[in-house]
Formats: sequence, C-alpha cells, structure tokens
Amino acid sequence: MSPGDLSAILLTLKLAGATAFILILIGTPLAWWLAHTRSKLRWIIEPTVALPLVLPPTVLGFYLLILLGPAGAIGNAWVQLTGETLAFSFSGLLIASVIYSLPFAVQPLQTAFQSVGTKHMEAAATLGASPFDAFMTVASPIAIRGYITAAVLTFAHTIGEFGVVLMVGGNIPEKTRMISIAIFEHVETLSYDEAHRLSAGLLIFSFLVLMAVTILHRRAPVRVG
Amino acid sequence: MLILRGSIRFPEFTAEIDVSAPISGIVGLFGPSGHGKTTLLRMAAGLERGHNAYVEYNGEVWQDDARDIFVPPHRRRLGYVFQDAHLFPHLTAGGNLDYAARRAKQGRTDLTPEQVIDILDLGSLLHRRVQDLSGGEAQRVAIGRALVSRPRLLLMDEPLSALDLRRKMEILPYIERLRDEMDLPVLYVTHSLDELSRLADHVLLIRDGSVVAEGAVPEVMQRMDLGPMLGRFEAGVIVEGPIVAQDETYAMTDLAIGDQILRMPRIEAELGTVVRIRIRARDVSIAIEQPSGLSIRNALRSRITEIFEEDGAFAEVLMDLEGTGLRSRITRESVDKLGLKPGMSVFALIKSSAVDRRLIPGGGKRSPGA
Repeated sequence: MSPGDLSAILLTLKLAGATAFILILIGTPLAWWLAHTRSKLRWIIEPTVALPLVLPPTVLGFYLLILLGPAGAIGNAWVQLTGETLAFSFSGLLIASVIYSLPFAVQPLQTAFQSVGTKHMEAAATLGASPFDAFMTVASPIAIRGYITAAVLTFAHTIGEFGVVLMVGGNIPEKTRMISIAIFEHVETLSYDEAHRLSAGLLIFSFLVLMAVTILHRRAPVRVG
Repeated sequence: MLILRGSIRFPEFTAEIDVSAPISGIVGLFGPSGHGKTTLLRMAAGLERGHNAYVEYNGEVWQDDARDIFVPPHRRRLGYVFQDAHLFPHLTAGGNLDYAARRAKQGRTDLTPEQVIDILDLGSLLHRRVQDLSGGEAQRVAIGRALVSRPRLLLMDEPLSALDLRRKMEILPYIERLRDEMDLPVLYVTHSLDELSRLADHVLLIRDGSVVAEGAVPEVMQRMDLGPMLGRFEAGVIVEGPIVAQDETYAMTDLAIGDQILRMPRIEAELGTVVRIRIRARDVSIAIEQPSGLSIRNALRSRITEIFEEDGAFAEVLMDLEGTGLRSRITRESVDKLGLKPGMSVFALIKSSAVDRRLIPGGGKRSPGA
C-alpha cells in the first residue's frame, strides 16, 4: 500500500473518531432537549437537525464551503482567531463532518431518551438525585444502546462520506485526503489495483463494524420499564 | 402540617386545591379515581407545579409561586412510592437500595439499609435483577428504596393498586409494620376502602382536588352524606373493639362493642387486642324484636338515627350502636312493613361470616378509640 493511501486511511479514522466523539458531546444535550421540551422551537430545530439526511451532500458541502471560507461568517472569524483558514483544512473537515452526521447521533439518542421516559428521572429526584446526577446515573445507563448506536453510526457515516469532504476539504494529501477521495482518484487515473485494495478494505471494515453493532445490540440488556 | 394550595388544570376540569392537614401516622388521601389525588401527591413532591401554587410542610415553604420559590423534589427530603414500582432497570434490587442509600438525607439515623431490609424482608431479593421480581416483590423493593433515602415524609401513590389480591395481602403486613415500628409520617393515596381502613389513622376525603371531609377513619366512613362518594357496594362502617373472649371449641372470637358482644370467626390475637372490622351495609339486617331461631348469632341493640330512602328498591338505615354508627342496606318495602323510624330501638343482625370476610387485623398496638 502506498504511503499516500495509508495516510488517507489514518486521516479518515482520525476524522471519524473525532466526529463521533464531538457528536456524542453535542448530540446528547440536544437530543435530551428534543426528547423532553414542549417549546415550539422544536418544530424548527428538529427538521434542521434532520436536513443532512435529505440534502445532497454537494449542496451541504457548497454552503459549508461558503460559510467556512475566508469570506464566510465562520471562516472569517476563524482566520481572525487562529490565522488559518478553515476551508481545505482538517478543522474545517471536522466541522463539516459534525454537521453532516448530526442526525445520525441525535436521532438514536432522542429515541433512547424518549423511551427512558420521565418516570425514572422522577424516581431518582425523589431519592435525592439532582437532575444532572439523575441524568448521569439513571437516564444514560438506561439509554446506553442509544449511545452505542449513535457513536457507531456517526463513525461509520463519516468514513463513508464523499461529497461534503470533497467540497470542504478538497484533496490535499495528508491534510484532507480521505479514503473515499483516494479511491475516486485511483479510479480516475485507472489505477484499479489500488482502488480495489482500498475499496475492499472499506467494504470489509464496514461489514465488521455493522456486525459488531448487531452483536452488541443483542447483548446489551433490553431495558423495559 | 402539610399545606397545598393552588389550581391544577386537568383535561376535563380545573381544580382549585386547598388542603391543609397535620400529617402523623398514615394519613389516607381517599376518593374516587380521577379526582386529583395523585396530582395532590405529585404537587407535594414537586413533580407537578400547578398554577399559583403554595406548598408548605412543617413550616418549610416548598413552593410559593407568588414569591417565586420552588424547592426541587431532590431537595425536599421526601420519599415517594409510585403506583408501579419505577425501579431502575439497569440496577439489581440491591443496587436500587444502594442508589437511595448513597443519596440518603441527613437527619434520621434510624432508617439504616439493614433495618429496612429486615423490616421488609428484602434479604433474598437483593441480588435479583429488577426484571425478575414479581409485582409484589418489586413494590416491596420500591418501598424499601424510598425508606433507605431517609425521608421526612413518605408519599405513597396507590402502591398496591397494580397488584392482584394475593400480592396485596402479601404487602399489607409490611406497610403495617412500617406504621407501627417507624416514626414516619405517610401520605397514602388509595381508592380502596379496605386499604384505607386497614392502614390509615386519619383520612382526607378528596373530591375535585379538594378535601370534602376529614377525620378519623371510622368517623368519616360512617357519614351517610358521603355515601355516593364511597360507592354503593363499599358502603359500610368501621367498628373497633377489644377481644374479650376466645372460644376454642367453635373457633370463634368475641369482640366487645361497648357493652355488647360481637361474635366473629376466630382471630389469632391476645385478649385485649383492639381489632378493627369493617361491616358493609349490605351485610346488616334489622329486626324490631329480639330474634330467635336464626342462624345469625349477632343481634346487637341499636337505635335508628336516620333513614335514607333511594329512588330504587333500597333504603339505607343509619343506626347508633354503642356510640359508633352502623349502616344497613335493606329494601324500602322492609322499612315500611316494619314501620322503621328514626329513634326506634332495633336489633342489628350481622352475619359472623360477613364480619370474617371484612376482617381488618390492623390497629394491633393501639388503644381503643385512638
């Protein structure tokens, strides 16, 4: 395997891991809020979160590129702060990936929190647990499958993304060049052997991940009541 | 003293709540379903906010919307037993107790986990998964969990209603032990007269979110005007008296009701033990002279105080039996044929077997009338 492909693989894993990690952090409070709020604001927030599911990745990537570019609102602020540009950088890719995979974190978590319901939280409160305490010690453990699903889905989804990555990150070796882009390039240059190697690797990896999730789901105790 | 004021919007109506009652021993919140008993309890716990609400317990203000005060449930130091146990499914039964023990409130030192486990007989359940507990066992663990958190006030929301009769009978003795062995005020929501009369000392009768009557359980139960609330077949009275004789030959027990004797199937208890029984109106007949040649052994001299004739075939007759009330449900025809009138002296006929079915072996350690 060429050093270029290897760095693409490592970069992809790094991006996927960081994306999943950040999304659990952001997605948890967001999903909790969506699961319990009675605010009318949810009628705007909920579809916004789901948008990446239906938008062509190129559309999302295009707007993100504009937003993250040196002239864009976020990109400009970033330049002022750090002196670097977001577009065509790993940080920019990370932001784009987080947005792109947001629904894959929020939706399983929201479903899990909804099925936890309020009764266990109420029971915890009457036992002297503060809301945060109760969230950490009661709601989260009961919703553990939601967390597993969210983490795995966002990780796998990030590994497989193409359109957004290409638009926002481009194809800079060792900086923004992901597996999917490397494969695309191999195909374009008719290097089918390299394309095969990466594609088959990705195929097997994806299958193994999904198999692991399936087994984990079966094993994780079903918590009813 | 617990004070609850405010308004709560239900789907069908808005209830103005106004409850203030001293809480000691077990206080029953009693009334038909759908009249806001649970909501009152949830307001006391802070699980329900209500509108313009004011909640105070023993001088401590828990909620006062006028002054923007709200003490969240986890700072109220109370225990809550829900209708269905609400045990944490990711912990074992023992894990649930530990959860409460780790967050136990300061103050009481007598409610140690060991003691609670002992009183509720939880030892053999501790290692079990919550999912593997029967309904009755789960509710016992839930009661234990609430106790281990060392509450100053225990709120119980129909803790037995989700259980079948056998499981109920399993748990009742444990709740009685709590009442007798722990000095813990309990507010107990129920719509079951049996539970109420067996467990509670004091009752608040709830209708549309407000207290329509309150007092000692026997007194409230015999009030005629509350009949419609109690329901036709539940109508009856509580009578209590000490055991004065045990008949080994026939396995019968004599209770003294004032100067008279009520004979009933044997109760295993010492002489002098005060026993509460509930006598349903439909198990009481009336004779105008001392009957003979009857299988009914109990013919107690009583005086008719009031007669309520209903639209249908029946009438309810309220009698005075040695200072306690007695209700009888007979036909209007009988009232006319016998010429029953308020003030008349009659004999109230009570089948011993009816008494047996309604036996309430509560009140063990209390003195008569307490």
